[in-house]
Parts: sequence; C-alpha cells; structure tokens
Amino acid sequence: MPTITEIDVNGKIYPIEAGSDRSLLSVLRNDLDLTGSKYGCGEGQCGACTVLIDGTARRACITPMSATVGKKILTIEGLEQDGKLHPLQEAFLEADALQCGYCTPGMIMAGVGLLSKNLNPTPEEIVRSLNGNICRCGTYQRIIAAVMKAAQALREANP
Amino acid sequence: MKPKSIDLSQNPHAGGAVEPERYELFNGPLYQFDLSRRDFLKSAGGGILVLLALAPAETGEAAQERRGGRGDLPRDIAAWLRIDAQGAITVMTGKVEMGQNIRTSLAQVVAEELRVPMDTITLIMGDTDLTPYDAGTFGSQTTPIMAPRLRRVAATAREILIDLAAGKWQISRDSLQATEGRITHPESHRSIGYGELTQGQDITQTINDDVSLTPAEQWQIAGTAVPKVDGRHFVTGEEKFVSDMKLPGMLHAKILRPPAFGAELVSLDTKTAEALPGVIVVRDGNFVGVAAPTEETAAQAVQALQAEWKTSPQPSRAELFEHLKKTASRGSSPFTAGSIAEGLAAADVQWKQTYTVDYIAHAPLEPRAALAIWEGEKLTVWTGTQRPFGVRSELARAFNLPEERVRVIMPPTGSGYGGKHTGDAAVEAARLARAARKPVKLVWTREEESTWAYFRPAGVFEISGGVQSDGTITAWEFHNYNSGAAAIRTMYDIPNQHIEFHPADSPLRQGSYRALAATANHFARECFMDELAHAVKMDPLAFRLKNLTDERFINVLKAAAERFGWNGKKSTSERGYGLAGGFEKGSYVATCVEVAIRPDSGEVRVVHVVEAFECGAIINPVHLENQVEGMILMGLGGALFESIDFENGRILNPRFSRYRVPRFHDLPRIETILLDRKDIPSAGGGETPIVGIAPAIGNAIFNATGQRLRALPLVPKGLKAAG
Repeated sequence: MPTITEIDVNGKIYPIEAGSDRSLLSVLRNDLDLTGSKYGCGEGQCGACTVLIDGTARRACITPMSATVGKKILTIEGLEQDGKLHPLQEAFLEADALQCGYCTPGMIMAGVGLLSKNLNPTPEEIVRSLNGNICRCGTYQRIIAAVMKAAQALREANP
Repeated sequence: MKPKSIDLSQNPHAGGAVEPERYELFNGPLYQFDLSRRDFLKSAGGGILVLLALAPAETGEAAQERRGGRGDLPRDIAAWLRIDAQGAITVMTGKVEMGQNIRTSLAQVVAEELRVPMDTITLIMGDTDLTPYDAGTFGSQTTPIMAPRLRRVAATAREILIDLAAGKWQISRDSLQATEGRITHPESHRSIGYGELTQGQDITQTINDDVSLTPAEQWQIAGTAVPKVDGRHFVTGEEKFVSDMKLPGMLHAKILRPPAFGAELVSLDTKTAEALPGVIVVRDGNFVGVAAPTEETAAQAVQALQAEWKTSPQPSRAELFEHLKKTASRGSSPFTAGSIAEGLAAADVQWKQTYTVDYIAHAPLEPRAALAIWEGEKLTVWTGTQRPFGVRSELARAFNLPEERVRVIMPPTGSGYGGKHTGDAAVEAARLARAARKPVKLVWTREEESTWAYFRPAGVFEISGGVQSDGTITAWEFHNYNSGAAAIRTMYDIPNQHIEFHPADSPLRQGSYRALAATANHFARECFMDELAHAVKMDPLAFRLKNLTDERFINVLKAAAERFGWNGKKSTSERGYGLAGGFEKGSYVATCVEVAIRPDSGEVRVVHVVEAFECGAIINPVHLENQVEGMILMGLGGALFESIDFENGRILNPRFSRYRVPRFHDLPRIETILLDRKDIPSAGGGETPIVGIAPAIGNAIFNATGQRLRALPLVPKGLKAAG
C-alpha cells in the first residue's frame, strides 16, 4: 500500500506515515491530534467532519489520504488567526447557534466554504449549501442567522 | 423488558411529582461478563504501561459522606460550593451538560444569590468522585430541583460571608451588603473580598432551607441572556468530547456485534485477528471485542474474526402493533373518574379511533463513546452519559467492584436526548482495558449507535370519546399500549374518564427519549381532540377552550393562536393549519402549524410554526428560545418521517443515508413566544416544547386534505402513500 508522507494542514506541513486509503479524518484526529473535525456517520451524510480542501468544503471521513496530496487543508483549528476568531465563529457565539456543539466545527467549516465563494448568500443558498450538515439539537434557524451575520461582517471588512 | 405499571392516580397538575424514568430502569446490560474465565488474549508485547495522573480526587470515608449516597444528599455547603482564597467559586453538581445549557443557567442562579460576577464561577459536573450523588440529568429536573438547591446553597453561603465580615469588623450584619464578590460596609467605605474572608477554607455549615432567596422580579443575572459558558471552546474545536480524548499508550476498541438481537455465540476463530500487530481479542460470554494500537487495525481485526452465531426468530416491524396488543397486560392502576357508560349516553356524538407510533432513534451526532483506564483495582471511565452515578453502578456490578473503586467522569457529549442513560460503551471499554492492561477508547459507529443503544418506544393508542353538540366532552377513554405513561392524563375538564397504560413486550430494546411518552400521548390525544371538534363542527381552538379551565394552558393557546393569526386562516387543498397544546413537567406549550402540500408529489412541508411556551420564571431567555426551536425541529422528524425499520432481530436502517433526520431544508419559519411568569417557580424547558408539533402537523394535514393520519411518522413517503 503506498504511503503518504506529508500533509499540508492549516498552513503547516506535517510529516506523516499513512496508508493512501486511510481516511483524512482518522489522520487529522489520531495522528495530528486535530480533533475539532468530528466523526458522526462515516458515510459523508452528516457533515461533522467537514474541512476545506483547497477552499472547498469536503467530508474528511470519506476522503482518502491519496486525495490530499498537493492540497491545502483547512480545519476548524486553523480558522482563528492571531487570537482573533473568524467572523463566522464570532457570529455563532452571537447568534447562540449551537447547543451541544458537536456539529459546530463541521457546520462552521461548511459555512466558511460557502462564504469563500459567496459573500452575499440568501437564506435559500445557505440551506442548499449546508443541507449536508446535520444538527440534531435543531439550531438550523440560528446557524442561518449566523452565516448571514458573518457575511455582512466580511462584506463590511472588505468593501 | 417488561416495565412495571405506573400509578396514574396522581394529579398531573400537582407539579411536584415527577414521573419516574421507568424504562431506563428495565434495560438490562447488553452483556453479562464471566470474569472468572481466563481471557484468551494476546499480549500487546512489551508496551510500557503509562499511568495517568488523574486530577486529585478525594478519597476516604469523609469524602464519601460529604458526597452523600443515594437519596441522602449532603447538607454541607462545602459539598456543593467552594470559594478559594482568590475568590474563585467552584460549584459541584452531579447534573451534566449536553447542550441544554445548564452549565450556564445553574451558574446564573448561583451568581445571583451569591452576588458574584458570572466569570468567577466554575461548575464541576457529573464526576462521581467530586460531585454529590445525582440520579441523572433527565425528566426536566435540573431547573425545578437542582437550581433551587444551589440557590439555597449560595444564599446560605452569602449570609455566612456577611456574618464573617460582621464578626471581623465588629459591626452589625444589617449594615453590610454582598455585592460583586465582596462584602461592603457602605457607611465606612470598607469592603472585603469573599476569598479574603474564607481564606480558601471550606464553608462547613449546613444549608439553610429557610434562607431568603432573591425573588425572580429582582433577578439581575438570572433571567437574562447570559452567553453560553465556554462557548468559545466549541466554535474553535478546542472542546474535548469523549471521542476526542486520548491517554498515553491508549488502545482503540471495536466490538464484534452479533447479526441479530439475542444471538448466541457458537464458535469464534481469532487466529487471523490476533496475528495483526498489537491486537488483543477478548471473548467473554457473548461479548467479543478487540483492542489495537490504531483505529484502523482494530477495524481490520474485528473484520478478521470468524464467528458463528445462533439466532432465534423475533417479531418484525410488519407485526409490531399486533405484537404489542397481543402481549399487553392490564395497567394495575388506571385513572378513572365518573362513568364512561354514562358519559357516552349523555353524548350527541360518539367517536372511537386507533393511533400508533413507531420506534424512533435518538441519533445523537456523537455516538456513545468511552475511555477507560484501570489503575490497580481502581477503574476510571470518561463517558458521555446522562447518568454518571448510574453508569458507576453498572460498572461496579459488571466488574464486581465496590462503587468507590469506580470513577465516572462526564466530559462534553454530542448530546443525548434521553438516549444516553445506559453505560454500554463504558462497560465494553472497561472490559477491554482490563484485559489489555492499558487505557482503551471505544467510539461506537453510527450503525452501532442506531442498533445497540435503545429506542423511543413504539405504541398503540385506543381512544373513544363522547361529545355534545355544543362541544362539551362527556366521556374520554384512553388506552396506551407500551408507549409509556408520561402525560397520559388529559388536561381537559371531562367528567367521565378512564385512562390506562398497558405495558407490553417490546421487540426492540426501548428506553427514555426526550419528554418520554408525552410526545406520543399528546399526538394521540390532540389529534383525537381535533376529530371530536370536527365531529361537532367546531373550530379546534374554540373546542379546546370550551373544555378548559386551566388558566396557564389557556394563556399559551391564546398566545400562539393570536400570533399565528389562527382565526383568519382559510385552508385550501394545498395549505392547511393545525394546532395542538399540552402540559407536562410543570410547563405548558401550544403549537400552531402551517403545512404546504404539493399536489403532484404529495410532499408535505411544514412552512410556519408558532409555539408559545410557559415554564414559570425564565432563567435564560435566549437559551430557552434555542431549546424550543430545537425541539420543534427534533419533533418534526418523528412527526413526519423518522421510523426504525426492523426484521427478525435486525435493524434495517441504522445509518443517516437510510434513516432521515431533519435537515436545513426541513426548517420552517419558527416563531417562539416565551411567557415569563416570574410569579411561578421555574420548571425545566428541555422536554415539553417537543410535544405539540406532531399533533399540530397531523391536524394541519387534515385541515388541508380531509385525510386523517393516525400513525407516527405521518408521511414517511409523502401524503399519497400515507393513510
């Protein structure tokens, strides 16, 4: 089995030794101790493991390591910059867009993925974009509000 | 798996009596260990056992006494609250946080009574070595029972601090004030911090039950929208859930599950599995598990096991309701009033119908998980459970240990919704850790969570009623088979009643689910109420009000109906409007729903929900609103499409690709009305708001189409396939 020897996560190259068919989620969590990305279903149905691969939201649980070669991966741990939360992280707190918080990292990464392509999403676009992410506590209405709020903050920061 | 019968004669409006969480008491463990057997295991080979230095826990008799045993809670303030020399406050409670935000609300009530800022308080929750005994976090008991207890603890401490300062300064206590973590003497401008007063020593006095508590009308911190404690750790991914935890030398576990419930292990070949690097296989009775240095090796090992099982035939989904009826027993103490025969004789219309509800899964996004470590004969397990002390007992029984040798710690968990009462994963992880002599982490797969946990009970409901043409209900007979007795009594004023819960044999392992049977009982009751209203051609709201005198119930119904614009709504074949109301665990709810029906596909969408909720004095309005919204969503799943399918001891849809839960596109516009009754003691808010949505949707579908759906889920395959 070919081995993957390095991975680019949150702007840092990590030396690793991982079979090419191992899941990205397992490597993040077990090898790199980046446990913000969560296991929820293992079949790409719940979005708890969402990370950005070259800027696009992907399910780490069904992404084999072979698909990460030469790619830049961003996880929830890489979102905060110099102690400053990403506007969507701030917005989640302001909108109280979480309860148990288990889906939150994946939800935020999916939201960041959307905002990186669309700084002015409508509620319908947010629903379409985040529909693959499950929140069993049912905070969807607040998550939509948080994404709208973050979009506004990002527009104001980059007029 | 037969539950005992429940005494229904208690007045449901009495408020104080909380219905016991009866099902969880009757779920036996998944496995019985025979620890006298010699494990056949392969040593991991030369690994060095790294002992983890746990946070220092108190041991010995004094600590045991302080923490209290069952039903004998400590009276000593220091068991619940400590103030260190810097004035930092630690509160200890056996309750656990699962997203219902009691870490915040309990801190709020303590801050309120102790007159300290929120950020000086830290809660230790659900650690059996550090917190007083607690039966568990369920039944909406935290707010009505734990919050007042901690308020009394904090208020007593506050009065003691005032006494200490009065003694120190030799002045009258009446001239002193407690404010912002300090005792001040306004006349002389003197002040002293709580930490300086206690010097970090325990406050050993007893809790004063008559201490004066701050009335809700004067609350400054309680009653306000304090943000979620530790919220930042959740949005950065720093927060460590059980499945995120790691110990040095830790192994990963996988369990070999039988092909069907109740299967017996006939033979097992472990050779290939044991040849894998560092793999340990444990067989103990029907329990077969592996532990390995990596998750992948553990998965490989469990797949390499060759097992032969003996299965036996079991009832399937197709014969579920027949089976429940067939095996049902009589409830030992039905609630009766007047005479059903006389009530029916006095009625202009008699009506009789049968309703059903399916099994559903809690499907917490974080499956059950546990991390276990043995240090000598002391077992410590971190696990996501609603009953840390209950799981401690399960572990003590499973391993034949005294309870004080078992410590259960509850880190954050990806919630429970009534589904994490048992300690299955904890017991399994501990069994493997014992054999491996290393820490072992077990995270159930989604399939395991959806198969080997337990389900919201299925049920059959037979209801008959009599009503006069002016809308007066004269007779009400209600039989519930298997689903449960919670909120089985009607809130309507009916002179002749017979209400009975019939325990039955459940083909699946069943247990508590958020609000227990209140959801199912409200579904059947509130839809049948609509049927009666229709029978006498009355508006469903007017019909309910005609039969109600409970002011709090009337208030929520009117509040929801008014905001919704109930009286102006005109249905079409594609738009329907429905309402339902309920009472449970000291709180009241009313739900109005608008559904849209696509005539081509028969797809039913809930487009608008207005829900009014009243649970006495509100401790945190934003968090309560969040709970109410969340329960509307969660309830919507069970109402429209969630259903566990099973055949001959196998679950057929144990994954999210086959078991649909509510998603973003199911989200209706939700309006929440919170009625804040500062004159009424606070009740819990994490359950009752779920009970109104299912019947309101059923009633709205009838309103649009004239089709009365009497089974939950209502439209798993759309309206055309329903009924």
